[in-house]
Amino acid sequence: MCLGVPGKVIETQEDPLGMTMGRVSFGGIVKEVCLAYTPDVEVGDFVVVHVGFAISKIDEEEAHKVFEYLQEIGELQELDVPQPGDTEQEADG
Amino acid sequence: MRYVDEYRAEAEAQKFVQAIKGTVTREWNLMEVCGGQTHTLIKSGIDRMLPELVTLVHGPGCPVCVTPLELIDRAIAIARRPEIIFTSFGDMLRVPGSKTDLLSAKSEGADVRMVYSPLDSVKLAEQNPDRQVVFFAVGFETTAPPNAMAVHAAQQQGVDNFSILTSHVLVPPAMETLLSSPDNQVQGFLAAGHVCAIMGYWEYEPIAEKYQVPIVVTGFEPLDLLQGIFMTLKALEEGRWGVENQYARLVVREGNQPAQKLMGQVFETCDRKWRGIGEIPMSGYRLKDEFEHFDAEKRFDVGAIEAQEAPECIAGEILVGMKKPHECTAFGTKCKPEHPLGAPMVSAEGACAAYFQYGRGE
Amino acid sequence: MSDDPASKSPVAMPAGPVCPIPISDYPTVQLAHGGGGKLSQILIEGMFAKTFDNPELEVMHDGAVLEIGANRLAFSTDSFVISPYFFPGGDIGSLAVHGTVNDIAMCGARPFAISVGFILEEGLPMDDLWQIVQSIQQAADEVGVHVVTGDTKVVDKGKGDGIYINTTGLGLIPEGIDISPASAGAGDRVLVSGEIAVHGIAIMSIREGLEFETQLESDSAALYPLVTRILETAGEAVRVLRDPTRGGVASALNEIAAQSKVGFRLDEQQIPLSEEVRGACEILGFDPLYVANEGKCLAIVGAEKADAVLAAMRSHPLGQRAAIIGEVVADHPGRVYLRSQIGGMRVVDMLSGEQLPRIC
Repeated sequence: MCLGVPGKVIETQEDPLGMTMGRVSFGGIVKEVCLAYTPDVEVGDFVVVHVGFAISKIDEEEAHKVFEYLQEIGELQELDVPQPGDTEQEADG
Repeated sequence: MRYVDEYRAEAEAQKFVQAIKGTVTREWNLMEVCGGQTHTLIKSGIDRMLPELVTLVHGPGCPVCVTPLELIDRAIAIARRPEIIFTSFGDMLRVPGSKTDLLSAKSEGADVRMVYSPLDSVKLAEQNPDRQVVFFAVGFETTAPPNAMAVHAAQQQGVDNFSILTSHVLVPPAMETLLSSPDNQVQGFLAAGHVCAIMGYWEYEPIAEKYQVPIVVTGFEPLDLLQGIFMTLKALEEGRWGVENQYARLVVREGNQPAQKLMGQVFETCDRKWRGIGEIPMSGYRLKDEFEHFDAEKRFDVGAIEAQEAPECIAGEILVGMKKPHECTAFGTKCKPEHPLGAPMVSAEGACAAYFQYGRGE
Repeated sequence: MSDDPASKSPVAMPAGPVCPIPISDYPTVQLAHGGGGKLSQILIEGMFAKTFDNPELEVMHDGAVLEIGANRLAFSTDSFVISPYFFPGGDIGSLAVHGTVNDIAMCGARPFAISVGFILEEGLPMDDLWQIVQSIQQAADEVGVHVVTGDTKVVDKGKGDGIYINTTGLGLIPEGIDISPASAGAGDRVLVSGEIAVHGIAIMSIREGLEFETQLESDSAALYPLVTRILETAGEAVRVLRDPTRGGVASALNEIAAQSKVGFRLDEQQIPLSEEVRGACEILGFDPLYVANEGKCLAIVGAEKADAVLAAMRSHPLGQRAAIIGEVVADHPGRVYLRSQIGGMRVVDMLSGEQLPRIC
């Protein structure tokens, strides 16, 4: 429903009506994006863009947590005694 | 691409799959609400990587699919008027109405144009003062702030030849409707990450409590979905319910305040009819009275619309996960993307289209 | 596709064969009929090929192979309706030459002559026409073909996008070369000459309403020199050559799969894609496998020669990012499968309708 794509803010400016606009780079493709809903973003921040609007800033610290989480469950599962639901392969960490 | 590639890494994906296999001990039915999530699951092959004990039920998170038939017919009627430039996102152009679709109307001479952002429509209106520009405002909560901004900007700039045809729908009421149905089989939910980026996820807490289901706010990349599925299964296995947030790099509990503020200025909640499901109270948005003159439905009288669904189309059952696309008798035969009977076969987020395109009917 | 006597045109038709495309399905031609995907296929196979029915046409490759005495000629035609007619990386003129030259090259033939037919719209600036004509000559020169004949028509203002061009080409097929879309066999490898989806995205990037600020150039190029190198390296081990234009790599491979009655297994991780094209596809919601290319070629080559062909392609400027992207299998004939980035499996079907930017 919500095709939202992460991109890097490379420029911000106020348009004649006071709406904050910006230029966002998606792997090198630059597009003009409305930043009205992410008023605190600065150049260098990453945002997710949906239909030409930034809907939120990406929190870099939280972004890493997916991988920390994976690390934790990997370690946990290695330490567990094999469960009945397991197939022949152990979860490798 | 940063924040994309990392979440498509094969090694990590396989680890999540292993973790899921190591967690599941009995059958579970999970629903991913958002059509965009459905597409990632099928496109990346995750649905076939999960253990057989886990069934993924595809939810109604396809705003194109749930737009009422009457509204599509109305859109086509409006588009056919000579003074109208009818603008829309790509997906809506091929959704079949009772007799035809917007793209066919275009081939017959209607001025139908695709836009990337609702602000583009406002610009078009400015550039064409002698025409009327209508924007088909279809979407869930994620798209409401951009549409609100377009109306707000049009008002501020005095762009009077701009109006919107609204078909905004909300997720929580749909989820309640699903959960309150006696036929409901879904035990855990992956909530739509971008909807929650706007609205937050506090609205889901009472739902999770009332029905005692785990709801995990989930993103759209393969690793997001795998983690969301894992978290939901873990909760189910441990007998827990409540709301968790997998997509924390983008979503906070209160959501996006500036967006909610402007939405509240322009839109108000109303009852809405969902194609295939029926009317769900307080499940949509409409323009507030002070913005009434931007309502294309009121501005352009196209007479009474008698909508007629294709009898074989079971979109309603597909959208609530009662049936899978390949269980429809018309799937792949009378109903294909190039001649669809209903919206889920056309929309990029429709379950039928995903199944057909990625070969799940075999 | 079956004749349906029940579907009668609302307009009185002369007595005779009934239209094989059920009119009830498509009473008018749709844009998608020219998109290179399923609808194009239905129109071409259902109406054109069925009516024109002859052995040379049956092969349905990029060009027809005609036997004239001891020689085998490749004969191909292509029409160009691109709008805008000037774009980054070329114009309708250079595109027209490259397109037909490439079709000839995909038959394994050396192109030696082309014709150019112009349909000009009243009001087309003479300067634009001059620029396009020069572009045609330059492109032809680079490949060593002559524009040997042509035609010009002018239509009323409003009846064309400025200029439409048709080019028809002739080439000579050397002995020992027998390339056909029906020749792929299990075990063969699939190679692509470089990054995909460039042309389609470059054109999108300057269309109104979907502008990007980054200037992407079309990859439009004459592939004959690259094809020569491929043929020199692998000779008879080259089974199929195809330039994946409208409908992209996906549609081209689906066609070959059907014609050769084989299956394909592709590896998403091996498919060359530039960062910018990728970014553009992400924000438009396009699948690069379905986006048009104008300077890329697919080569299906016997496994024993695959590495050699890869090296040969990479040593040529047009093939520097060439890659082996998959293999031919006996399983699931007619179907193309893809191993996804994360190791899952999915079908890559033919393009259905126009690929519209996915927004919502």
